[in-house]
Amino acid sequence: MYDIIIIGAGVNGACIARNLSKYQLNVLVIEKNGDVGDGTSCANSAIIHAGYDPHPGTLKAELNVLGNQMYDELCKDLDVEFERNGALTIATNEEEMQGLYHLLENAKANNVKVELIDKEKLFELEPHVTKKAIGALYAPTSGIINPFELCVALMENAMDNGVQLNLNEKVIEVISENNTYLVKTDCGEYKCKMVINCAGLFGDEIQNFVCDEKVEILPRKGEYYLLDHFVDGFVKHTLFSVPSSKGKGVLVSPTTSGDYLVGPSSDFIEDKEDISTNKDVLDNVLKEAYRLVDNVPMQHLIREFAGIRAYHKSNDFIINEPTAGFINVIGMQSPGLSSAPAVALKVENMIMKNLELKIRDNYIKTRRPLYRLKNKSIEERDKLIKENPLLGRIICRCEQISEGEIVDAIHRNCGARTIKGVKKRVRPGYGKCQGGYCQTLVLKILARELNKDMKDINFKNKGSYILCEESKGEKNVKL
Amino acid sequence: MLNYDLVIIGGGSAGIASAIGAYDNGLRSILVLEKEAYLGGILNQCIHNGFGLHLFNEELSGPEYAERFANELIKRNIEYRLETMVLKINKDLTMVCSSVNGCEIIKAKAIICATGCTERTRGAIATQGDRPSGVMTAGLAQRYLNIEGYLVGKKVFILGSGDIGLIMARRMTLEGAKVLGVAELMPYSNGLSRNIVQCLQDFNIPLYLSHTVKRIIGKNRLEKIVICEVDNKNNFVLNTEKEFEVDTLLLSVGLIPNNPLLANLGVKMHPRTKGPIVDDNYETSVPGIFACGNGLHVHDLVDFVTNEGIYVGKKVSEYIKNGKLASEKYVTIEAGNGISYVLPSKFAIDKGVAEIKFRVTKPHQKSHINVIYNGEILKSIKKQYLLPAEMEDIKFDISKLDCGNIVLEVIDD
Ligand SMILES: Cc1cc2nc3c(=O)[nH]c(=O)nc-3n(C[C@H](O)[C@H](O)[C@H](O)COP(=O)(O)OP(=O)(O)OC[C@H]3O[C@@H](n4cnc5c(N)ncnc54)[C@H](O)[C@@H]3O)c2cc1C
Ligand SMILES: Cc1cc2nc3c(=O)[nH]c(=O)nc-3n(C[C@H](O)[C@H](O)[C@H](O)COP(=O)(O)OP(=O)(O)OC[C@H]3O[C@@H](n4cnc5c(N)ncnc54)[C@H](O)[C@@H]3O)c2cc1C
Repeated sequence: MYDIIIIGAGVNGACIARNLSKYQLNVLVIEKNGDVGDGTSCANSAIIHAGYDPHPGTLKAELNVLGNQMYDELCKDLDVEFERNGALTIATNEEEMQGLYHLLENAKANNVKVELIDKEKLFELEPHVTKKAIGALYAPTSGIINPFELCVALMENAMDNGVQLNLNEKVIEVISENNTYLVKTDCGEYKCKMVINCAGLFGDEIQNFVCDEKVEILPRKGEYYLLDHFVDGFVKHTLFSVPSSKGKGVLVSPTTSGDYLVGPSSDFIEDKEDISTNKDVLDNVLKEAYRLVDNVPMQHLIREFAGIRAYHKSNDFIINEPTAGFINVIGMQSPGLSSAPAVALKVENMIMKNLELKIRDNYIKTRRPLYRLKNKSIEERDKLIKENPLLGRIICRCEQISEGEIVDAIHRNCGARTIKGVKKRVRPGYGKCQGGYCQTLVLKILARELNKDMKDINFKNKGSYILCEESKGEKNVKL
Repeated sequence: MLNYDLVIIGGGSAGIASAIGAYDNGLRSILVLEKEAYLGGILNQCIHNGFGLHLFNEELSGPEYAERFANELIKRNIEYRLETMVLKINKDLTMVCSSVNGCEIIKAKAIICATGCTERTRGAIATQGDRPSGVMTAGLAQRYLNIEGYLVGKKVFILGSGDIGLIMARRMTLEGAKVLGVAELMPYSNGLSRNIVQCLQDFNIPLYLSHTVKRIIGKNRLEKIVICEVDNKNNFVLNTEKEFEVDTLLLSVGLIPNNPLLANLGVKMHPRTKGPIVDDNYETSVPGIFACGNGLHVHDLVDFVTNEGIYVGKKVSEYIKNGKLASEKYVTIEAGNGISYVLPSKFAIDKGVAEIKFRVTKPHQKSHINVIYNGEILKSIKKQYLLPAEMEDIKFDISKLDCGNIVLEVIDD
């Protein structure tokens, strides 16, 4: 019998798992995908919002503001890339200026530090902004995060402290049985005292298994362009347009790895798993981006992608306990990433009312840092290579990632099992060639370290194979 | 800190040739640095025949060609290091290198950058649809097949009629896969004519000109693609869609010089070739740093890469002997009507004869290439066929010219 089963290993499931791992609890996380954070948590704007946007009094406002404040310590403990680069909401006409005044009021009510700045100050802060701008709202506490690293680090630390993670396993039913729950999956069934529903877009299905009052989560897609880092550089701040009824609109922002995001769109769709990208939608994203900057360096385009928001008609987070021992963390639209640490804290407090929580003796709060050779001096690098020669052999030539870093990403708790898993953790394949040169090498390293045949290494989920069979013909035998 | 006269970055055909060129012109302190575990670069995955026709009058396979040149390197006792990646070049011609032995600085009097090219990806051309596995560049599939010995799929479609795609169409067919077609955005093919015949026509693989992939469909592995005709502005033409059930889509949509080292150093880049801008000695905008091979501009034939490498090696050895190469008087060279790029971008008059490489922007039949100097035709040569896929070169006398501007243009007859 588990004390707690968490369904879904997105940022919310992972963050809750990590919070619970400090207690003497038996926790299982069940995730249908082949890796943590492969749902909405891996395809978003990756902004830790300051918190001036959500309506005062909503859960979004409360948890965003608190969550934002918690990120410095969290990222330091878990060695996750995070930077408070500041956000600028740009007004280009009087109507939008009115929008900024409204945001300023919101910010005051939510207790978030912002500043209205004039044109001059704006161009000084951010020379890439459109010449049409007449003013902006500056939010210095807004930040950018590496969301892949975040999910992995949270789960790794949770597992370092004894949490169990089952990947590639889908929950197909939850049954409430006198004060306990039976969680059925496509691989087996488990009993537990409490269930935390962090199933994102499918959170409605999970809750509807056990509750009479049905909820509905609707998918709302956001498509993006991703531009490669380049020498001359582009925006340093996150640039927003003034929000409208459709949401925060298109933004232009750097990412923690120095790339640039342009997007997202916002459209309701039918299929909750339809992460396809579309030309007309992206054409429009680009058009919207020109409201923020006068030049989008599209020659550095490397990828398009899409993420799906889990929309609920209340337009707020749903964090409740509709029946004893069953907690919902659903409807987690933006700012869900920003709020995650505060959400986990709230859930922890809700659990305390059900279970007795005793601190684990040997709890480890921090994660062993990554090598991050790129940020190291020549001397430090040399020293590390002398200890572990694989750190000297470079595999990915675009991002200069070594074999040692890849092997490390595989052998940690919550380690990489797939090409995408390696890419998300240490970046080979993220650069300009998108893995064209290094994918074979990464695949071979995965096969060797996991003791598998090369054919059995997937790109991401089950079925996403890369190699289909050994060739009968000739190959370059000299190598 | 290690010191060499010449450090060559990249041990592909360009890097090897430049080392040989420098050595044969008297230079001895040479080091070649190669990231991979073997010399020869991209040639190692090109196991088909057709290399060395121009140089040896023989049809070698890529690995055979590579081996021939690697042996020449070894015969001359030229020093090289494998599995050694240059992470950074500094303006003072020091380099940061990483290998299993450590991370160290190497200093040179001159550097040749011969770092090859990368393939354009799906993201760069923004193909719509899902993002399953099974969509990859043709060169990656070639490497899986020819170096690792694995086939990436059984039912294949190819986007782009670049040479690697064409060669993979034949190779995958011979391996038992079914290649259902090749779609090319342009109204003409982008591969060498011999590859169209030998790789597609001989195997009855249809080539859809003025077509592109409109949509990629598949949750985990590729399931289906939709291709569609395009008009002359590259817009989809309504109701021309065709569906193909395939597990693999190979992209052969262009090669781009791979130069992060030079870009990070602030070397001036050419807007068309995407490689560095060079002068007639193939020296970049940073003194002492030279470039050749696919890292400079993309070549169709390895023979030309080898020749270019040998030339640059020779020039660099002169540079090291004399401390500099620059001349007093130059003519600048520009691409005019119908020319996509010219290389190099200037030529010293005291060289006497200018040798210019160029490509045209679209195919021509029966046309003239004109060399125009300060507005007057200096030379005109007749061309039966001109194709964007085939690099051309032209030589002309500049000894009697003064400083000024030369424009190359193509004029249909
Ligand atoms: C376009 C876009 C932009 C955004 N930008 C931002 C931003 O800049 N800042 C911000 O703060 N927030 C942003 N968000 C919101 C943020 O991404 C989400 O709030 C957050 O990622 C939600 O995390 P989650 O863990 O709740 O859900 P998810 O990450 O979706 O995780 C749910 C997990 O549950 C799993 N699951 C589902 N059903 C089952 C089942 N039956 N069995 C087992 N596992 C199951 C899924 O596979 C998935 O991994 C954005 C969202 C989108 C779509
Ligand atoms: C897939 C493909 C198929 C081809 N098929 C044919 C054909 O059929 N017939 C024909 O005649 N020609 C063909 N060509 C053309 C010709 O073979 C190539 O143009 C030529 O081999 C390129 O040589 P190169 O040295 O410029 O580049 P490469 O062979 O790519 O060599 C560059 C080398 O630099 C190394 N390198 C890169 N960065 C670093 C760094 N920072 N530090 C250390 N080392 C580094 C790389 O590992 C690589 O080995 C083909 C080209 C390609 C790409």
